[in-house]
Amino acid sequence: MTPHDPSTAARRQAVSVSLATGLYGVSFGALSVAAGLSLPQTMALSLLMFSGGSQFAFIGVVGSGGALGAAVASATLLGARNGLYGAQLTPLLDLPWRLRVPAAQLTIDESTAVATAQPTRSAARTGFWWTGAGVFVLWNLFTLLGALAGDRLGDPRAYGLDAAAAAAFLALVWPRLAGRAAQGVAAAAVVVALVTTPLLPTGVPVLLAALVAIVVGLVTTPRASRAGRTP
Amino acid sequence: MSALWGAVLLASLACLAIKLAGHVLPEHWLAQPRVARVAALVTVALLSALVAVQTATAGDRLVVDARLPALGVAAVALALRAPFVLVVVLAAATAAGLRLLGMP
Repeated sequence: MTPHDPSTAARRQAVSVSLATGLYGVSFGALSVAAGLSLPQTMALSLLMFSGGSQFAFIGVVGSGGALGAAVASATLLGARNGLYGAQLTPLLDLPWRLRVPAAQLTIDESTAVATAQPTRSAARTGFWWTGAGVFVLWNLFTLLGALAGDRLGDPRAYGLDAAAAAAFLALVWPRLAGRAAQGVAAAAVVVALVTTPLLPTGVPVLLAALVAIVVGLVTTPRASRAGRTP
Repeated sequence: MSALWGAVLLASLACLAIKLAGHVLPEHWLAQPRVARVAALVTVALLSALVAVQTATAGDRLVVDARLPALGVAAVALALRAPFVLVVVLAAATAAGLRLLGMP
């Protein structure tokens, strides 16, 4: 195996992505118990839902006292992009049917990003499985550590954990804010969520903001490449 | 089983079902540019709305407290390309520090 072997490079990339992503399972675990979920419920989310954005959304709505229906809906809507990733990965990885269920569960931002960045199918497979499995193991391990630590902390506000939750969402949305459309939708979402918060049940303003994005996405057509780049 | 457990399991199943759909549905269904565009914008809208709600509300009230400057620090860290964990830790430390100094 030479250093230029694409599969070796994919594996190396997978390990660094897994470490970087897995580590922030600590903040999820701590925030989840701070939001009022039990340790087993926290672990169930990391093991079964296994989609960072959806998990943070779920505990965010629950923690702010929102309706459980709104928590389920927010998590599900945020998981929608994973379905699109699957459609990208299926032709790329060309997996046998028996591997599609485990592959589906490991389909997240990170595994898709690493797989699609590889030059060959075999490297794409290596990148996908190593990243998916690596993030899964570390994410769950660090969720457990965070939940155990969070349980012993007392008032989460004293440690700024509520601000940490907001910062986590900001970090998740940050790389997606390139482009006018995304920036406009983000600004509209903030306004809609804040203006309707005093008027609507907790959790619903967030869903209303998503509705704005659906309408904007359906009625506007992406303008053909501006400054030579497509959004 | 509590309602919270039900919600945890229901949301998890829904998320897995979406992932599975991506791997088994005919590719051209999901590959439409409009579908991809709506999904990307929904993600942006949800996350942005969650940032706003997590930063500036308590229940059904709008509030300004230590979370707002903490989010500002997080934004600066992100602009400087700090890694995720550092961003989150800096925000928490800012809010915790300001509260020690008496900010709500």
